[in-house]
Amino acid sequence: MNQSKIIIKELNFSYKEKLAIHGLNLEVSANEILAVFGPANSGITTLLRSLNRLGDLIPEAHMEGEILIDGKNIYAPDVNVTELRRRVGMVFDVPTTLPMSVFDNIALGPRMGKRSKAEVTETVERALRMAALWDEVKDRLQTPAARLSGGQQQRLCIARVLALEPEVILLDRPCSALDPVSTAKIEDSLRELKEQFTIIIAPHTVQQAARLADKVAFMLMGNLIETGAAEQIFADPKDKRTSDYITGRFG
Amino acid sequence: MRVNPKTTQRIAKVLIWSSAVLVIVILLNIVFYILIKGIPQINWQFLTEIPRNMGRSGGISSTIVGTLLLTLVAVVIATPFGIGTAFYLTEYTREGRITRIIRFSAESLAGIPSIVYGLFGYIFFVTYLKLGWSVLSGGLTVAIMILPTIIRTSEESIRAVPHLYREVVFSLGGSKWQTITKAVFPSALPGIANGIILSIGRCVAETAAVILTAGSALRMPSSLLSPTRTMAVHFYILAREGISMEKAFGTAALLIILIFLINVVFNMLVNRYVAKGR
Repeated sequence: MNQSKIIIKELNFSYKEKLAIHGLNLEVSANEILAVFGPANSGITTLLRSLNRLGDLIPEAHMEGEILIDGKNIYAPDVNVTELRRRVGMVFDVPTTLPMSVFDNIALGPRMGKRSKAEVTETVERALRMAALWDEVKDRLQTPAARLSGGQQQRLCIARVLALEPEVILLDRPCSALDPVSTAKIEDSLRELKEQFTIIIAPHTVQQAARLADKVAFMLMGNLIETGAAEQIFADPKDKRTSDYITGRFG
Repeated sequence: MRVNPKTTQRIAKVLIWSSAVLVIVILLNIVFYILIKGIPQINWQFLTEIPRNMGRSGGISSTIVGTLLLTLVAVVIATPFGIGTAFYLTEYTREGRITRIIRFSAESLAGIPSIVYGLFGYIFFVTYLKLGWSVLSGGLTVAIMILPTIIRTSEESIRAVPHLYREVVFSLGGSKWQTITKAVFPSALPGIANGIILSIGRCVAETAAVILTAGSALRMPSSLLSPTRTMAVHFYILAREGISMEKAFGTAALLIILIFLINVVFNMLVNRYVAKGR
């Protein structure tokens, strides 16, 4: 395997008094899908948000430790957070299209990045094709994004992230509000996208982690319990808590 | 005593219906009474000539121009400050002492009788700043009056914008300002526009504050520093001094039509803008 894309060292994250992540160490390789799973309130969303510094927006949040992307600490004082968020894109659990047209939604990132008009048009098409949405919306680029179906909206959100031309894509339970068919479409896209990107997903079910992931990490109550290759963890988990969760004995 | 839920349901329905019907009937009654009495007075001469003989004859053109100018001045001044304050309160500061003071001041402003604003405008704009009785003095005074409405309605509609919209823009590499221009403002616009429409209504209808600050001159205003008489003031003087009830009703009818037109046009503009997004 090639060198780690992301290295997380001794990450602690707290909101006010509440510790959300305890001393987490994790490495993520490029071009693979890492699924971080576990019950609610395990700190998974917090972990994803700390990777593109969306956690910064919460006033009482406090973060300790280091997160290196390509060997550079993203919490170093000289890091341009805006630039970081373009490199590390995020898809949220609820499909959140902004109240504008399909085209404008996807063009938002490139436009804020001061790309030329021709570049924007090209990027939008490329992003939609990569998200496997182009054929469905190519004749409706000017319709309001809110008129698309839920699954289409979530793929639009993925396309919107792809239009940033990021290196890492974070997905926080992206299919939790979707039906199985839409979920399958998104999973297919993700499998193709991993050729070009590093993908970290918080799956909404253990099954989704099993279907998608090359590598998985199990989190519980802010602690990383176990991490490893997906086949290994699902076939032979080392920790009893992991096996209990996977087999459905709790959670 | 136990009442059958079906009976309570029926009683509730009757009460709700009758209050709605009562309100509508009263409102329509007033509007139609004025329109029926006033519309026959409205003709080309009424619209295009300035009042003659203290308003007994001639038209009301100068008061129409005065009303529109004064409203324009007030809205143009109050809107940016109102929206700016609302954005400060919602996006740029955390709840605390300062926000409480601003909100308390705005609410107090909303509760002050308009004649008090008139007095303040007279002392401050007309005499102290030497703007005289003028469209500008009147507009500034009314601008202060409508500020709370604009702040309040804007603040509420900004708060109603889903938090996720802001996060989406941030996560796409946007700045704080871009979250506002790309996501929050466009989504909040219909609500903000609604506040502006309400404020326009107040400007057009205001009398007490306007008499004291813009005066009651019947001449056609030639600049923002000319004194003027708005339609509402004209109506008030005509009726109060028994100059001409016919002309008073004509003015009132036109006032209603004007407010109606402003509403329709403004709503159309906002809807056209909003329709792009949803």
